[in-house]
Amino acid sequence: MSGIIEFDNVSHRYPGGQDILTDVSFTLKRGELAFLTGPSGAGKSTFLKLAALLVRPTRGKITVDGRPLSEIRRGQIPAYRRQFGMIFQNFNLLQDRTVFDNVAMPLLIRGHSGEDIGRRVRASLDAVGLRGKERAYPITLSGGEQQRVGIARAVVAKPMLLLADEPTGNLDPHMAGEVMQLFMRFNEVGVSVLVATHALALIHRLPHRILRLDGGHLSERDEAPSVDTADEAFDDEPPFDDGEDAA
Amino acid sequence: MSASRRVSTQPSWTSRLALDHVRAIAATLAQLRDRPLSTLLTAFVIGITLALPAGLNTLLRNLDTASGGLQGTLRASLFLKDAVDAAAGADLARQISKRSGVSEARYLSREQALAEFKAHSGFGEALDILKDNPLPAVIVVTPDPRQPQAEVDALFKTLTTLPEVETTKLDRQWLQRLYAILQLVERSVLLVSGLLALAVLVVIGNTIRLDIESRREEIVVLKLIGASNAFIRRPFLYTGLWYGLAGAVLACLLVASAGVFLSDSAQQLAGLYGAQAQLSGLSSDAVLAVFGAALLLGWLGAFWTVSRHLSAIEPD
Repeated sequence: MSGIIEFDNVSHRYPGGQDILTDVSFTLKRGELAFLTGPSGAGKSTFLKLAALLVRPTRGKITVDGRPLSEIRRGQIPAYRRQFGMIFQNFNLLQDRTVFDNVAMPLLIRGHSGEDIGRRVRASLDAVGLRGKERAYPITLSGGEQQRVGIARAVVAKPMLLLADEPTGNLDPHMAGEVMQLFMRFNEVGVSVLVATHALALIHRLPHRILRLDGGHLSERDEAPSVDTADEAFDDEPPFDDGEDAA
Repeated sequence: MSASRRVSTQPSWTSRLALDHVRAIAATLAQLRDRPLSTLLTAFVIGITLALPAGLNTLLRNLDTASGGLQGTLRASLFLKDAVDAAAGADLARQISKRSGVSEARYLSREQALAEFKAHSGFGEALDILKDNPLPAVIVVTPDPRQPQAEVDALFKTLTTLPEVETTKLDRQWLQRLYAILQLVERSVLLVSGLLALAVLVVIGNTIRLDIESRREEIVVLKLIGASNAFIRRPFLYTGLWYGLAGAVLACLLVASAGVFLSDSAQQLAGLYGAQAQLSGLSSDAVLAVFGAALLLGWLGAFWTVSRHLSAIEPD
């Protein structure tokens, strides 16, 4: 069975620069959660951007859900992006909209009806532990809560795949732990998840595949890497409580 | 949200589109309402810009109507030689009225001319002092108003050469000048209208551009979560339409108030020319044209700007 994301000898270089990725081959299996690690500038973001069609590879072939991305024309990109949910380091929430309106956006662009949106947004906020925060504005929430709004927005349309780019980069260890916990919970119900992160301390004990990007090359590591290779790992042990609201 | 009630979890293509439009309309109207001052200012600029050609056009139409009334009175008076008696004169009038391009030829005997003069000039009693009737018999010829200018000219030239005719008087050179001026003004109004339409386009385009700039962040997020270009474009196009609509309403109000403001003076002027002219305001055609042009310009201005600027905003 083919993977949900397949990279086949993919290289990428930005115009005038050197290779960010060199001959990267990788498969994310359906229903798998994998972490993509590596130092800053190693190409983790580029990796995710290639999968999200924010950039096109210089060489090589990328297939998502059995469809070669090279076949997707510019006008088809929006429809392609609606197949997965994206989570960002800076949350990318709209500060002038309520939590509800932020989470509702993916449903709005799909033309869902008002009551359907209400139901799904509440269910999604419930799943990330933000029930009752619908009317709040993002600025009034903690970083961890804002990221959970971001996750609720990514999962509200029930995508088959989540792509997260440094989702805990702006969070303290406690909040980061909660966020990682959420990804695992969505993965348990069948969503494929790819998380780019350099928070090795958070993930090294988790029973998931960890890939390492360094100098544009991808290497796969065993499930229990030693912490000494973690470049910017947190010292604190992440408290994996049940995702209750810390604030 | 009555439209949403019909939509189930799997919305059909049409109801989704309808819902998208209803939402875009509601959202854009709310945005404009949230910043009433800048909305009103933009609408005013557009309104004034549209009011100028609309007002000029109305003015021109009024002048045209007024001069058209004058054309109806365009007649040639053929003063007959005294030797031509009443019977011959009436006969001649009948012959002339049968010519092509003549809609009426009326014979006035010397007595009738005198009676008419007495009735209209107000010098009736003064004329009683005169022993003889000083007025000649006259045939008043009214050309067919549908007749082209050149043929009317030719007709009058032939009539002047008739042996019974002493002299002719036709009052039309000033009318020709008036028509030439009107034509020039009409062309200028067309030119000015074109330039002002361009101005409306630029004003709306620039307003939408600022709107796009201020919502750059939102556009990036929308693109990231897979919103189609049509979805992102839609609210801006509606905003353009609303500016056009508001501008058209203001333009019509401005022209209407100008009409009220000017009507007294216009009546006075018309009175000086012995005409009973009522200043007519915007015709329903003109109102339709103003609204049509404003909506079209609003949409075009928005579309033009959105297509130029939206593709430049890409998530990175």
